[in-house]
Amino acid sequence: MEHESYSDAYLRGILNGVRTIAMVGASEHWNRPSFFAMKYLQDKGYRVIPVNPQAKGEAILGEKVYADLAEIPDKIDMVDIFRRAEAVPGIVEQAIEKGAKVVWMQLGVRHDEAAAKAEAAGLKVVMNRCPKIEYSRLNGELAWSGVNTGIISSKRRKL
Amino acid sequence: MAEKPPAPGFETLAIHAGAAPDPVTGARSTPIYQTTAYVFDDVDHAASLFNLQTYGYIYSRLTNPTVSVLEERVATLEGGRGAIAVASGHAAQLLAFFSFMEPGDQFIASNKLYGGSITQFGRSFKKFGWDCVFVDADDPENFRRAITPRCKAIFVESLSNPTGVIVDLERIAGVAHEAGLLFIVDNTMASPFICRPMRWGADLVVHSTTKFLSGHGNAMGGVVVDSGRFDWAQNDKFKALTEPEPAYHGLRFYETFGDLALTVHGHAVGLRDLGATMAPLNAFLTITGIETLPLRMERHVANAQAVAEHLERHPAVSWVAYAGLPSSKYHALARKYLPKGAGSVFTFGVKGGYDAGVALVEAVELFSHLANVGDTRSLIIHPASTTHRQLTTEQQIASGAGPDVVRLSIGLESIADIIGDLDQGLAKAMRS
Repeated sequence: MEHESYSDAYLRGILNGVRTIAMVGASEHWNRPSFFAMKYLQDKGYRVIPVNPQAKGEAILGEKVYADLAEIPDKIDMVDIFRRAEAVPGIVEQAIEKGAKVVWMQLGVRHDEAAAKAEAAGLKVVMNRCPKIEYSRLNGELAWSGVNTGIISSKRRKL
Repeated sequence: MAEKPPAPGFETLAIHAGAAPDPVTGARSTPIYQTTAYVFDDVDHAASLFNLQTYGYIYSRLTNPTVSVLEERVATLEGGRGAIAVASGHAAQLLAFFSFMEPGDQFIASNKLYGGSITQFGRSFKKFGWDCVFVDADDPENFRRAITPRCKAIFVESLSNPTGVIVDLERIAGVAHEAGLLFIVDNTMASPFICRPMRWGADLVVHSTTKFLSGHGNAMGGVVVDSGRFDWAQNDKFKALTEPEPAYHGLRFYETFGDLALTVHGHAVGLRDLGATMAPLNAFLTITGIETLPLRMERHVANAQAVAEHLERHPAVSWVAYAGLPSSKYHALARKYLPKGAGSVFTFGVKGGYDAGVALVEAVELFSHLANVGDTRSLIIHPASTTHRQLTTEQQIASGAGPDVVRLSIGLESIADIIGDLDQGLAKAMRS
């Protein structure tokens, strides 16, 4: 699959299909981007499980932190990667092992080889995007910030 | 992966982008949210909003639901990522530069700009320690020669007011980007229907929405549009977006918001501290105006072309500067950058100089003598006695506003009436 751009239907399918997200590189510091994304996704009803070896055993936003994906006892639908591109292949291996359905790499993170490997194993892949921004873009909230959402519709949006 | 539907056309976007039926009432037209503030769900919600961790409205100095619709619409029409609407075109320029300039910094601008911009850049910006160097934009290399280590941006107008100068956007963008500078284009006089500066490399586009976007001479406004494509971290010039922001507890805008960095910064810092907010009613009027932008611009340029051709043959006229005429030295650039027409604002020289110019603006009946452009009504002004009178005579001539210059903004009246009024006015001016 090409990864320069994604259709709204593809992203909607992913965001509507997953419930539990493992966030690799989640930070315990409230002013870090990963904290922003985790808090927002929790507010939208997702369960977000933080993965961060430095903060192992602590809690972020009420969720226990694990050192890696393999340690998480629960089923994972999606792995959201807040790490540099070099760290991606190892995380993708674990995501496949863990039975995740989606690998999502954050803004600025892209690894085409690892993406191809995940796709070959049947996972869906998104790169260089933020699930918080895409969720809010598709559901109207991003437009509140004066952003070009690309959404054109004369349907009344559900509250 | 599903096939992507084709991108909607410009006319569709001009009507629909940013606007949707109101989710509560079903109101189809965008409501005017005439409110200063918005209630929080609880303390945690308030904290998330103030930390920029979630989306929502706090206070209308920063964001307002009516204004947001306008922002998304203009961002979409320009092909940008996001936009910040402000109180006027001058406020748009101030906010754009405020987002990255520091005392001692420099930017380079074309010397053929709207006279008010030359005054703002050359005089008032000096009070912030921002140094603007003006160069002749006819040669793009003049920008390269003026670059110093403190230079951060290059600024031009896509279609210059009032001289009809058209700059080589693609080449100047190349000069800016080779040096790691931001390329800012004022697209007010062309409007996005006629010119799309971001296709040619513009990083930011600014507008006075007061002109063709609102289009009816009834609402002040400005907007800054960000392409979202500029790499703020490519050098150390744009620390306001790349370094921790103390007022947001060390948040880094570029790292946190990626290609939305400038749009978020423009609201959360720019409007917060400059306070040049657009009124919701003005946003509503501008949204309504934009819905007919494509239709209006087609007629504006058709009428302007006819008037320019008529004046070029007129015995009382010494020259006409309209890039839609083959006689214009900018005709080739106009065909490249403004393929749908060279706008509807242009200047011509009246025989008899300053006195004849003054006589003409007083003799016309249908044309309104006032200091604006981009109205449904045809407008006329004699810049040397009005908009450009703060400039020295040298500056007036350099910016194309010498003593014999008359500026027209051709409106949407019947073409025979527009031409008839100019003819009777010129006849009176010649007799006086």
